[in-house]
Amino acid sequence: MAKSDLKIDIRTSPYIRKAPSVAQIMRNVVYALLPLAAYSVYQFGISALALLLVTTLSCMATEHFFCWMSGKKSTILDASAAVSGLLLAMTLPPGFPLWMAAVAGFTAIAMGKTLFGGLGFNVFNPALVGRAFIQAAFPVSITTWTPALAVDRFVEFIPSTLALPFMKPAATAEWTTQVAIDGFSGATPLALMKFQGIITDSYDLFIGNVTGSAGETSSLLILLCGLYLIYKNMLDWRIPAAVIFGTVISAELFYFLDPSKYPSPAFMVFSGGLMFAAVFMASDMVASPVTPLGIFVFGVLVGFLTVIIRLFGGLTEAVMYAILFGNAATPIIETYTQPRIYGARKKAKEKS
Amino acid sequence: MNLFNLFGKKTFPHGIHPDEYKAETNAKPTRRLPFAPEIIVPLAQNIGKSAKAIVFKGQHITRGEVIAEADGFMSVPIHAPVTGIVKEIDIASNAKGGKEPAIIITTSLNSGQQVPEPDNYYDYQQMSREDLIKAVQNIGMVGLGGAAFPTHVKMNVPADRTIHTVLINGCECEPFLTTDHRVMLENIDNLLLGIRIAMKCVAAPKAIIGVEDNKLNVLEAIKPHLPNDGTITIEAVETKYPQGAEKMLAYSLLGIEIPSEGLPSEVGLAVFNVATLAEIGALLPKGQGLIERVITITGDDLKKPGNYLAPIGTPLRYLLDYAGFQGAEAELILGGPMMGMPARSLDVPITKGTGAVLVLDKRATKNDDILPCIKCTQCLQACPINLNPSELGLLAAKRQYDVMEEQYHLNDCFECGCCSYVCPSNIPLVQYFRIAKVLNRERHLQNG
Repeated sequence: MAKSDLKIDIRTSPYIRKAPSVAQIMRNVVYALLPLAAYSVYQFGISALALLLVTTLSCMATEHFFCWMSGKKSTILDASAAVSGLLLAMTLPPGFPLWMAAVAGFTAIAMGKTLFGGLGFNVFNPALVGRAFIQAAFPVSITTWTPALAVDRFVEFIPSTLALPFMKPAATAEWTTQVAIDGFSGATPLALMKFQGIITDSYDLFIGNVTGSAGETSSLLILLCGLYLIYKNMLDWRIPAAVIFGTVISAELFYFLDPSKYPSPAFMVFSGGLMFAAVFMASDMVASPVTPLGIFVFGVLVGFLTVIIRLFGGLTEAVMYAILFGNAATPIIETYTQPRIYGARKKAKEKS
Repeated sequence: MNLFNLFGKKTFPHGIHPDEYKAETNAKPTRRLPFAPEIIVPLAQNIGKSAKAIVFKGQHITRGEVIAEADGFMSVPIHAPVTGIVKEIDIASNAKGGKEPAIIITTSLNSGQQVPEPDNYYDYQQMSREDLIKAVQNIGMVGLGGAAFPTHVKMNVPADRTIHTVLINGCECEPFLTTDHRVMLENIDNLLLGIRIAMKCVAAPKAIIGVEDNKLNVLEAIKPHLPNDGTITIEAVETKYPQGAEKMLAYSLLGIEIPSEGLPSEVGLAVFNVATLAEIGALLPKGQGLIERVITITGDDLKKPGNYLAPIGTPLRYLLDYAGFQGAEAELILGGPMMGMPARSLDVPITKGTGAVLVLDKRATKNDDILPCIKCTQCLQACPINLNPSELGLLAAKRQYDVMEEQYHLNDCFECGCCSYVCPSNIPLVQYFRIAKVLNRERHLQNG
């Protein structure tokens, strides 16, 4: 007998749902970033580990602080701040002073995310906002790279890592020459290309036997981690694909014009964190377009701008600015790339 | 052409693959539900105008006789589901939580409940198209797939349009539901007769039955009965929600898109549900009214889930008792879990459009917080109409309902619920869209 006091719950349809939660997606991005973090620690030692911890904690603390200030429930458990922190650390030079890294983490969340209203409302990728800020604030430290696989890397910090706040970081040039191993200079492949005209072998770039920012050296590992997220349906493969496509096409154009002057498309794709940026940075869901055509336009734009800035700009780390520019262009890209709906009529229907 | 069809299964782009939950009921033969002691027959059971009651309080009525007549062309009559006495003509609870006029009948449980034999039989081949359409109206037929749109109105194709194909929808893409499945297995002769009648009504030379490929036994069962001349065929389509939406089915089977805010007849199609045509085949030759239908009773905490042939107007309380419902707290849903309507009370009766009663226990997803849209694009990749639910949801939050309609095709949304189903932020997108449509309609009325 159905009870007369049966409690009837009322919701609206659909009554069944099947979707990973936002927190699950973000946690999986963290999992996908962990192998990259481990590889950077393997390459650069405890300095890289300290860097990862500092930016991640800084981002999470900032998020928590602002939630507390505005009287909201803390959102650090959705793990999006941790993602920003990890992404940020991986774009920094391994010997980056830790106090500057903490500033970068604070800026990323405060100015890149909270200012706009938190998760879902950020116009730019927060990690890149943090990096752009310190690029302007600490131009020397952020372009000082140190060699990978130094012998004492697991027991000894890179000298600049432990710089005191507002003090000049210790010079690394001498240390670099001491620890340098054959084939590993302190300059990144992009800097070698730009300032000395040396093109690093694409295979080394692909595997990661090069100097660079903490997490962007191994294109192979980045691709594998990206594939995991694509397999879990938590990363839109169309964005990295479009960015790489845009880069290859643009680089090929210049390479075709003058192969002796311009680097090959393979070099462009596998160097300077492009792969990392394509897979993990450009694909920031919130700041990239949602429309299918928009995603393609965005990706190609980012790839094209990267090549242009690298070849003709004064900076080597071009992809960051390319993505920030792409983020800024996202609303207008979306406006002009709305999908064609099923059964769309040729002419707009007359309004009755 | 439909590119998807070149690579195997007939289907449409986007959509979702929810768990089916059909095994509980799809192999059990339909059973007759006993007559409830009290039957509640709402006068508004179809889209369009309500019927007008023509019986009075205390009147003895016989099962099958007309108790409410059609009020104009956009209306159908209602026939008595039981033999009994009119207890009251009053307002009664409806599923939406409101009250509306209904004829309440006390069932004569001692009577044999026989529907009187018809005076004469009708041969559809001897009848004119106009007479046939009139006959479909007279038997009180509405779309049994859930919409309850008067079938004869659909059959009355405007003179300037030619129908080339009748599509018969046997997809039953909603999870849990198996009524159409059982009807297609148990009622093949009536279904084929109904198809022929529909073809004559809309003057179509061809008919295709579309069935999702999770019901291949239906294809095997029906194929031997099909005519050799190829005028009626049956095709398997991919099991994917919302395959049973007429727009999706038209695309999957023929690669034809039904134009935005237009009718299938605009592109030469007429779409009917299998259960509707099976009932027409059963009732029209005898001139008898629609007084019962097959419904799926399924879900949690039920001892006897299954398909039941239930008199229209049976209250949920009786239905759930009979199916052995034992829960203390539940959601009661009329229809499927994707597009069904919640019932607010056990006193709500089933109507002509009710294809299922679904009982859901507390589900894990309940009362999750709504988070901001993270623009993950899952909803865009699920929407079968290729709308931009993400943007529509953001606009709804800003109450820009006019922009939703004018720039983002709000009115093309048929509320299948795929966007809400896949949203990781738990945004009740489809509910936002329903609200926006209602508010837009009110605004248009105010502005004339």
